[in-house]
Amino acid sequence: MRPNDAANVTRVLSPTAILGYGFPVDSLREGLRRHPHVIGVDAGSTDPGPYYLGAGKAFTDRTAVKRDLRLLIEAALSEEIPLIIGTAGGSGGEPHLRRDLDLVVEVASELGLHFRLGVVHAELDKPRVMEALRCGEIAGLGPVPELAARAVEASVRIVAQMGPEPLVQALESGAEVVLAGRAYDPAVFAAVPLMRGCSRGPAVHLGKILECGAIAATPGSGSDCLFGSLDGESFEVEPLDPGRRCTVTSVAAHTLYEKSDPLSLPGPGGRLDLSRTSFEQASDGKVRVTGSRFVPSDGYHVKLEGVEKVGYRTVSIAGCRDPFMIAAIDEIVEEVTRRVHHDLGMDDDKCSLRFNLYGRDGVMGELEPSRNHVPLELGIVVEAVAPTQQVADTLCAYARSTLLHCSYPGRVATGGNLAFPYSPSDLPAGEVYRFSIYHLMAVKDPCELFPIEYVEL
Amino acid sequence: MRNDGEEMKRVPILDLAHVIRSKNSGPYELTFDIVFKDQAGYRLAVASGILTAELFARLYGIGVDQVLNVVFFEEARAVKATIVRPVVSGDFGDTDVYGAQQHAPLLAIVFPVARTPRG
Repeated sequence: MRPNDAANVTRVLSPTAILGYGFPVDSLREGLRRHPHVIGVDAGSTDPGPYYLGAGKAFTDRTAVKRDLRLLIEAALSEEIPLIIGTAGGSGGEPHLRRDLDLVVEVASELGLHFRLGVVHAELDKPRVMEALRCGEIAGLGPVPELAARAVEASVRIVAQMGPEPLVQALESGAEVVLAGRAYDPAVFAAVPLMRGCSRGPAVHLGKILECGAIAATPGSGSDCLFGSLDGESFEVEPLDPGRRCTVTSVAAHTLYEKSDPLSLPGPGGRLDLSRTSFEQASDGKVRVTGSRFVPSDGYHVKLEGVEKVGYRTVSIAGCRDPFMIAAIDEIVEEVTRRVHHDLGMDDDKCSLRFNLYGRDGVMGELEPSRNHVPLELGIVVEAVAPTQQVADTLCAYARSTLLHCSYPGRVATGGNLAFPYSPSDLPAGEVYRFSIYHLMAVKDPCELFPIEYVEL
Repeated sequence: MRNDGEEMKRVPILDLAHVIRSKNSGPYELTFDIVFKDQAGYRLAVASGILTAELFARLYGIGVDQVLNVVFFEEARAVKATIVRPVVSGDFGDTDVYGAQQHAPLLAIVFPVARTPRG
């Protein structure tokens, strides 16, 4: 019998912030020595922007993900505990799930491992979303425009964020490894504790802290493990690398991260209420958390994420060190824009041209409050977005060559206005997407949008 | 403000806080965290009364209605503010897809505090 099982403790190992970010093998071994009941790992995020969901590409590297998968599958099977992977392939749509499924199959065959794999899908058909929209089952999430039927029709991919319920269903059907599409980050950590009778508040809150690996420790790291133990109503978290500690501040501060309200955290089926949560130093490096509550919402809602295609992008990167050019840059950009419109007949409804000026407000754009200094150098990124790559290439090239040789007041440097760091100077950047759906959808059953298939490997 | 200028001293934010950061909270919101070094610094900053929606609106040149909330979180010795992103993450015109480099104006915050610390 494993230690503490009699006391109904549930132990959860989080190896890394995102599958593919890596972890030290020693930390994993230290975690296994403590006999976790599950290894959970999050494999994605919306942070890298809309492109990855739209293009069906993973932002994580195939080789790095395979390295992590190899170690984790081997560890889970040898300990006879489940491995649960959420938001496969970075965005959790069908192509993303398929990328990580291929890697799981490769690892199993290379290591000669056999197990039952549960694959949980999270991509939605447009008709299903349209129907929900017609029935008034979709609401905005934060400062998001109301969803229009047009936005659903124009979307190229829509995923729904599952809670822990479909993962529990897969485990109850005998899956030893669960590979899930888009999932609420804490779900992969909360599923097994919920099955073992832990309360949802502490189970989800522990998941919130474990989801970024050792980022909640100090010194923090997104490529190291964090370990949690739940005893039903409260839990403890600790790092597995002796060089790190969890402190009240490091754990409490992590609760702030990427959230708008640290005391009320909405998710599938309800919200986590931390207004009565207390954090205490249980021992050096270990923090005990009590009082986290889950407040079920009126009906079960899942978050939808969808993107639409905007066109194609081409960029050109250049620099400028001429004080007269820098002083006149606003007029110059205006004149170049006018020339591109006039000479090429650029269609403003379909095409966009932008000059992002680093050294001025290239990082903060309209939020930049400091506008009264003249930079020594200016970095200029010329960007064109158009319905085809060819049109984007043309607009960018024309804007770049016009900018290179245009005249301006006080010009003495007639050799050219720009320093190009690269040849070729123009870089086709491919498809451009934008977030178009970020809404809540009401469901009757937390599992209804997430079909599961089982694969015997 | 509790007192006039004569009896106040001005404490720069970097004397009190060791984490000052920005990050997306989903693609439509930008959230700022200020984590203080110790409880005393946290209390001093909170008591100054300047960490308001109006302050964040002024620092970023946006309307107060674009500041969604300012939350005080004692357990973490932290103050958090969230604003509407002027451009949705990754949309045409965005300059910071992760929202991780929008914190600099916060570095200029100075807290007016009473010269004699109170019990």
